[in-house]
Amino acid sequence: ESSVEKIYSACMGKTRFNDTFPLNKQRHLAYLHKGLKKLSVNFECLDSSRPWLCFWILHSINLLGDSIPKSHQLLIKEFLLSVQHPTGGFCGNVNQLPHLATTYAAVSAVFSLDHEECYELINRENLKRFLLAMHNNDGSFTMHLDGEVDVRGAYCAAVVSTLCSIKSDEMFHNTAQWIAQCQTYEGGFGSRPGTEAHGGYTYCALAALILLGETRCINLPLLLDWACHRQMRFEGGFQGRTNKLVDGCYSFWQGGIFPLIHHILEGEKSTLDRSSWLFHQQALQEFILYCCQCPSGGLVDKPGKSRDFYHSCYCLSGLSLAQHSREKVVVGDAANLIKPTHPVFNVVLENVEKVLVWSASQSKTNGNKIVEND
Amino acid sequence: KQWYQRRVAITAGSERALKLTTDAIDLNTANYTVWHYRREILKALKCDLEDEFRFTAQVIESQPKSYQVWHHRRCLIQMTKDPSRELGLTESTLSDDAKNYHAWDHRQWVLEQYGLWDGEFDYIEMLLQRDLRNNSAWNHRYFVVNSTDKWNHETVKKELEYAAKYIRKAPNNESSWNYANGIIKKNKFSYDEFPEFIDFCIKLDEDKILSPFLYSTLADIYQASGKSKRAHELYEKLKECDSIREKYWIYKQNLL
Repeated sequence: ESSVEKIYSACMGKTRFNDTFPLNKQRHLAYLHKGLKKLSVNFECLDSSRPWLCFWILHSINLLGDSIPKSHQLLIKEFLLSVQHPTGGFCGNVNQLPHLATTYAAVSAVFSLDHEECYELINRENLKRFLLAMHNNDGSFTMHLDGEVDVRGAYCAAVVSTLCSIKSDEMFHNTAQWIAQCQTYEGGFGSRPGTEAHGGYTYCALAALILLGETRCINLPLLLDWACHRQMRFEGGFQGRTNKLVDGCYSFWQGGIFPLIHHILEGEKSTLDRSSWLFHQQALQEFILYCCQCPSGGLVDKPGKSRDFYHSCYCLSGLSLAQHSREKVVVGDAANLIKPTHPVFNVVLENVEKVLVWSASQSKTNGNKIVEND
Repeated sequence: KQWYQRRVAITAGSERALKLTTDAIDLNTANYTVWHYRREILKALKCDLEDEFRFTAQVIESQPKSYQVWHHRRCLIQMTKDPSRELGLTESTLSDDAKNYHAWDHRQWVLEQYGLWDGEFDYIEMLLQRDLRNNSAWNHRYFVVNSTDKWNHETVKKELEYAAKYIRKAPNNESSWNYANGIIKKNKFSYDEFPEFIDFCIKLDEDKILSPFLYSTLADIYQASGKSKRAHELYEKLKECDSIREKYWIYKQNLL
């Protein structure tokens, strides 16, 4: 709180909140484009997460309204092809096993490119086989062969199968019921039944249930109450769990819950104010702008932490959601407006529309074979 | 002799392979493929896994937030059916970071698989005495009660008394309020079934305790008993003292 307090007092001293305060788009873009080209040896710890690096960087560049040269897109296509496993799914790196999270990241990265020819790299038949293999009888998903089970798996599988039109009832048998068991007495969801309510897992659970069309099993008032209380009254950003610290990445994981809840509530007759989300959009944007921007480009967890591509991606994704309620809310400077992201897939909206059209055509033509035989 | 030589070659090869996975893990603990290969090698070697438990504990010590090492530990226990070290291990990890998500997850899994519930309430109590804002410990309490008892009226009443004790100590600690409200709501009870808890909240308000959690609890209580005007007043109060959630309090008001 004291590091954030220093920043807010300094800002209130020099400028007032309604003077301009920029999102340093150019500096962030420089950091991102550099990262896409090469990463130093310090990134060994992410050596099994390379599709994630692709997605975090590509998505951030998209949000900032910039584009990636076609030559780079083709290099990325080549790289993602190289980590697509012969039996289906995408791996963390070459010569590794396919993993649901890196599969989600790779697919999202593909759909963050804007050349449709890149979409063809995805082997949909094998991907479907991989998802089916990761599905367990109790409805849960294992993250990789001989790997751990948690609710991220259901989200990754639901997103990937929806975007690639390879979903089946068999693939999600019992999944909604399993996810529902992850909701705790606090109202949020944990990684598995019994574990603590947590922003990341809650986002995954809710988005997955929406994709499966199974939101009736959620205790919505309890979830809403928990989610609203995750916004820090002083910092303005979100915490991941009760009584823990604020972190810029929860701008998306927690902030993202609100458009999803709206989507569900709008389906019911309710007294919902449809023009804005049920959290303090302005305060979240202030936190991101004032406290989460690294002066040399990139975004961070909180003041004092170093920048990284994960936080850059999720601070920007959260900023986008906070700006794009039905009535736009843009804090700091009108030029701070960034592109809207899809609250369920977290891919920029303009790409999602293209993807769903492509994907529907896939399932109509050669995809029918998949649907009928399985 | 040939068979014996072949066995030695395979074992020696595998031992070298095991060492390779150790080095790979050292460079990148998150390499889930290497951990999988390591398990395959361990199974082939059929060795005593005592060393492996020690190795895993060391990795956990230096990388307590790695999904892979905790999952590997779970696999070892499944292989050996030996959970004897796990409560000690998780307790040790939690003494460094009382909210480590993986440690709590692992502890819950071991408790559930092997029914090691004895002493768990004491452990939770110790943690809450140390830090009553430790939300993971509160969550764990719910888990233990849920696994060993039924959420009937008697249990909820007892747990409400437990929560009230901590609410009194720190009325602005969200964890204890979430526990109290959560056990009622999640198990589909209504507040009027627990008049002592209602009286407790009313008394706190009369004592002028300033706590948004108290106000929102009371608002829910009043709403449930049809006292909409009193609930409305509390939401007015909340819009002022908990203004970050203003939109939510307006939403709740409109539901009255």
